[in-house]
Amino acid sequence: MSKLYSGADIVFKCLEDQEVEFIFGYPGGAVLPIYDELKNHSSIKHILARHEQGAGHAAEGYARSSGKPGVLVVTSGPGATNAVTALTDAYMDSVPLVCISGQVPTHLIGTDAFQECDTTGITRPCTKHNWLVKDIKNLGKTIHKAFEVATTGRPGPVLVDIPKDVQFQKASYTKFKKQKKLNGKVHNQFSQKDIDELIKLMSKASKPIFYTGGGVINSGPKASELLRELVNTTGFPITTTLQGLGSYPGEDSHFLGMLGMHGSYEANNAMHDCDLMINIGARFDDRITGKIDEFSPNSKKVHIDIDPSSINKNVKVDLPIVGDVAEVIGSTIKTIKKTKPDFAKSNKQKISKWWEKIQKWRSVKSFEFVNSTETIKPQYAVQRLYELTKNKDTYITTEVGQHQMWAAQHYKFDKPNRWMTSGGLGTMGYGLPAAVGVQVAHPKKLVIDIAGEASVLMTMQEMSTAVQYSLPIKIFILNNEYMGMVRQWQELLHEKNYSESYTAALPDFVKLAEAYGCVGIRAKTPDELDDKIIEMINTDRPVIFDCMVDKEENCFPMIPSGKPHNEMLLGPKDQKEKKITEKGKTLV
Amino acid sequence: MANSKSAYSSPGKIGKFHTHIIVVWVDNEAGVLARVVGLFSGRGYNIESLAVAEIDPKLNISRITIVTTGTPQVIEQIKLQLKKLVPVHKVADFKREDRNVIFKEMALFKVVGNNSKRKKALNACKKYNAVILDKTNKSCVIQITALRREIDLTAKNLKKYGLVSVSRTGAVAMTRGSEIFK
Repeated sequence: MSKLYSGADIVFKCLEDQEVEFIFGYPGGAVLPIYDELKNHSSIKHILARHEQGAGHAAEGYARSSGKPGVLVVTSGPGATNAVTALTDAYMDSVPLVCISGQVPTHLIGTDAFQECDTTGITRPCTKHNWLVKDIKNLGKTIHKAFEVATTGRPGPVLVDIPKDVQFQKASYTKFKKQKKLNGKVHNQFSQKDIDELIKLMSKASKPIFYTGGGVINSGPKASELLRELVNTTGFPITTTLQGLGSYPGEDSHFLGMLGMHGSYEANNAMHDCDLMINIGARFDDRITGKIDEFSPNSKKVHIDIDPSSINKNVKVDLPIVGDVAEVIGSTIKTIKKTKPDFAKSNKQKISKWWEKIQKWRSVKSFEFVNSTETIKPQYAVQRLYELTKNKDTYITTEVGQHQMWAAQHYKFDKPNRWMTSGGLGTMGYGLPAAVGVQVAHPKKLVIDIAGEASVLMTMQEMSTAVQYSLPIKIFILNNEYMGMVRQWQELLHEKNYSESYTAALPDFVKLAEAYGCVGIRAKTPDELDDKIIEMINTDRPVIFDCMVDKEENCFPMIPSGKPHNEMLLGPKDQKEKKITEKGKTLV
Repeated sequence: MANSKSAYSSPGKIGKFHTHIIVVWVDNEAGVLARVVGLFSGRGYNIESLAVAEIDPKLNISRITIVTTGTPQVIEQIKLQLKKLVPVHKVADFKREDRNVIFKEMALFKVVGNNSKRKKALNACKKYNAVILDKTNKSCVIQITALRREIDLTAKNLKKYGLVSVSRTGAVAMTRGSEIFK
């Protein structure tokens, strides 16, 4: 008879077979057997967070920066409900997470037992799939299935709920062989005919644009390389979404910058006026499209996505191609090379007028701002941070708000998996714990959370985690003492009624850093900024950097509520001329 | 469909609404119905009626028949979203007008009244495969199988004959001829 293992042991056997190195979690009554078993599995290191949401975001940061699934372990009841924000965040941004939650013993389920909640019920809408394992015999295969679901197709979070008695029960375990490439043909539903059709559209277009998203990054580093080749082969302009930053080099001349609500003037206008839009791994999110009826009215639209339900969800497209981004781009390049070896050259003339137009939009320099010698402008702070760290292969995470948009506008990425931000759900408090996870995955790299003072306070407790594991993350706070984005909308849309958006009674971040046992640095003027940033970079411990910035700076350019792409606000002057309509105010 | 408050998904042009019957084959496991129904409520799709039961005890497969309304784009989304659920094996959909598909609902009517009223009630149900399931000297329970609007109409008719209770199922569907759902 084969050897019998306890449920808790089987959990670790599965994690070992899945080649998991780190798990993020927080112990509690219903997962005690699992924590008891931890000591017997030296290849797996547990990172103790200070809140289950923090553990979840750390697992997300780990996953997004490493391309491997993130694993988190939480207890029943509050442990599971605290993880819900992170699970939803991962669901919206397609991050592979496997959450293992404890549950009260099977005989107590449904009795409102201590720390009981309907975990699978609560997490059903925010996971790709979840399981309540009531029979020890199913535990092993369920966990392996969970990893498969999380990492194949469009990635996402899954949850396995394990009652405490199941963790004690015994069963045999069959070793699992990890398949090298699960994400193969199953998800590729395209044919050579689709690729030919795409190339036909490409050679006909005189005003083409690539619009790429997080799908390129999720498809693996190969996809980003192929994307570069595709742009070089075609000579087409390219813009990326917030999540797509890094899939294409930010300083390349074909790159028009990020598009969308706070995207560049040239990217948004090019999207509006183009005659061929090739969407690669993006999802026509509402922050991208603006007013949907007036979104890119005269273009043929191609949509390449691994998730069939993303196609025709928000915007009707002319040519859908369902498949893995890397595979689709790969076949496209191959076909172009075979059938039209001098595509770029023959095409150059055709799209030269288009590039001229784009240069005109570019000359508007929409990310420009009025700098100051007295106060630090937040954009200037991000620019300096970029200049001083760009040679270091830096990993950037952010919280959510103005600072996030400034980071996206002014920090340039040239590699994928270097930019971790909460885009879909927009979770304030994401960046700090995500930085913890990134640093765990890349212990020798420089990891910076570009933060706002309001966001960072939501998960500040995770500094303790960083200190415990000697993770030298840098928390670069653009401190304007406001919930900046809320204040900006109140200024533009609510007659400057700054209702509850001023953060009074802020902690002294330098002292707070010291209290946590890390290093606090404060910069107050533009003169001292560079020196302080260098000091931060050279500190081999966690740092909280309190960058005191202009309190009333707004994030421009901006597509105001209810407006299409070609009606952007460029800056404070522009704003007076294009009044936001009464109707626009009611819109989010 | 409720009007969205967001500018960025404001419904400019709403397409025409169609009634569709969506058939879903799922693993018969705990929570599977909640997943399907939760997907409808979570994404704001309508459910007009729902019928579900296990159809293959060996393979553990249940068949869910959902009657829903939506624009062609919404119907397409419903199907694609359903296919993403892990326990879902296949999804089929039909327009209600589809001549090649049979749709049926079942209803039970309890009629309380004198002999003549009960007879009239039974008469009114005749063309819908009426079966008397129970009778006493002052009441009867009639079962009919028919289309939704026929049952609506019959129920209205039976009011005057002493209809006291109605119980009805959601629609179930099957293709005509030798074809089966793919």
